Amino acid sequence: MSTTLNARRLARHKQRKRTNVIALALSLGAMGFGVFWLVWILFETIYLGIGGLSLATFTEMTPPPQGEGGGLANAIFGSFVMVGLATLVGTPIGILAGVYLAEYGQKTWLGSAVRFINDILLSAPSIVVGLFVYAVVVAKLKSFSGVAGMLALALLVIPVVIRTTENMLSLVPNALREAAYALGTPKWKVILSITLKAASAGVITGILLALARVSGETAPLLFTALSNQFWTSDLSAPMASLPVTIFKFAMSPYENWQKLAWAGVFLITVGVLLLNILARVLFKNKH
Amino acid sequence: MDAKIETPVGERPKLSVRNLNFFYGSFHALKNINLDIPENKVTAFIGPSGCGKSTLLRTLNRMFELYPEQRAEGQILLDGEDILASKDDVSLIRAKIGMVFQKPTPFPMSIYDNIAFGVKLFETLPRVEMDERVEWALKKAALWTEVKDKLNQSGSGLSGGQQQRLCIARGIAIKPEVLLLDEPCSALDPISTGKIEELIHELKSDYTVAIVTHNMQQAARCSDYTAYMYLGDLIEFGPTAELFMKPKRKDTEDYITGRFG
Repeated sequence: MSTTLNARRLARHKQRKRTNVIALALSLGAMGFGVFWLVWILFETIYLGIGGLSLATFTEMTPPPQGEGGGLANAIFGSFVMVGLATLVGTPIGILAGVYLAEYGQKTWLGSAVRFINDILLSAPSIVVGLFVYAVVVAKLKSFSGVAGMLALALLVIPVVIRTTENMLSLVPNALREAAYALGTPKWKVILSITLKAASAGVITGILLALARVSGETAPLLFTALSNQFWTSDLSAPMASLPVTIFKFAMSPYENWQKLAWAGVFLITVGVLLLNILARVLFKNKH
Repeated sequence: MDAKIETPVGERPKLSVRNLNFFYGSFHALKNINLDIPENKVTAFIGPSGCGKSTLLRTLNRMFELYPEQRAEGQILLDGEDILASKDDVSLIRAKIGMVFQKPTPFPMSIYDNIAFGVKLFETLPRVEMDERVEWALKKAALWTEVKDKLNQSGSGLSGGQQQRLCIARGIAIKPEVLLLDEPCSALDPISTGKIEELIHELKSDYTVAIVTHNMQQAARCSDYTAYMYLGDLIEFGPTAELFMKPKRKDTEDYITGRFG
């Protein structure tokens, strides 16, 4: 009796092991496929990017086609200004809206409506946002401008920050809120000093990820900030940015432009990588 | 249940509950509760899960108001004044009636700030006096010697038992008159539980304490009065020794002897 039982168990066991090996092989294969392309992209970027990189990249303006030398100084500066301002404008709005959704409007119809619209905005293609700002700002003012670019980027920052803020706040245990209320703490202070503080690492991570996302956006800047061959800090004038410059230069037949495009790609990749690492470190330290 | 008012003989009532009914939406969770919680005594609430003992505790500081679908009818008198009908800001009521919860909930800040946070809500103290207040509260909660050298460290770095004493210290620091403890030891080991029970014993000289507990030995050990509740009714209320040694009602006896619950 018991020998047949053991034989059956053994057979089942062998079958499970075979299934396990197949599943493991499939998932390893899928992972390898993904990592292969990622590593290739990174390798190409670094290999070609470092080749185009020099001190002049940071100090000189974008050159005319077929000229010698030149850099990306105006594009780097433009990207910093527009991404920085977009984050500065988008973050407070995003955090406040996220606080509303998590702490005040969880079950209200307004809360649900805002959450739904935000989800749409979150998954809207960035080119749609770019066209919207083109129609509302650029067409009305009859000029491409840094402000328009900044607005388009801010519109992409806001939904990301709203979503992460709301998610992080709803992870804060209700017991913590109740404990604060039990001391006689008013609601605004509970949110400011307790819940937002408890969720701060997550909220900051969300901001950094939003920053990383918009710093590589090209489409929303194409019809808003356009580009500029010269250094400008005038927000009402067209402004250069790294992604748009890369787009323009990489599509060109001129070798010096193509080299600079690779240098720009390298800079953006490294920047985004650093932001992601920073976000991870911040989040890990708190949890 | 008859609506007779349970008043301990020879005690001054600190909190008086009158005709209290409580609803979670349409669920009737507390049914016409009447009792007096005596001043400077420890009153324990026991009963099986879902009997309404925690619900009762959460009406005593109007904690339930955080949730719009919950509502209380009746009166809760603090020194004769109805706090359910009070027009005072609820913060002021909660400053008089502190609460400690089942799970320790240190705030995301230093040990010092955990204590100072509540004090700052109601008083503006110079630094020296604030230091004194923090030390006083931590000593009262029997935590001072363990944390006095690391007041600037995060409160969440403490052990569970220490965190719970930190929460008690935080509650005491704003000098309430009543302290509500909602199963304060259920997440703690026996040693920490022992410390907190000792603490409860010492606290009653200054405060009126109401404690909800699942642990009948704990109720017997550290309370002066015990209320037994079942399915939203107050079944029996009286001096702890009496209720445990010779309960008046069969239901109470069945519960405390472990025949059901």
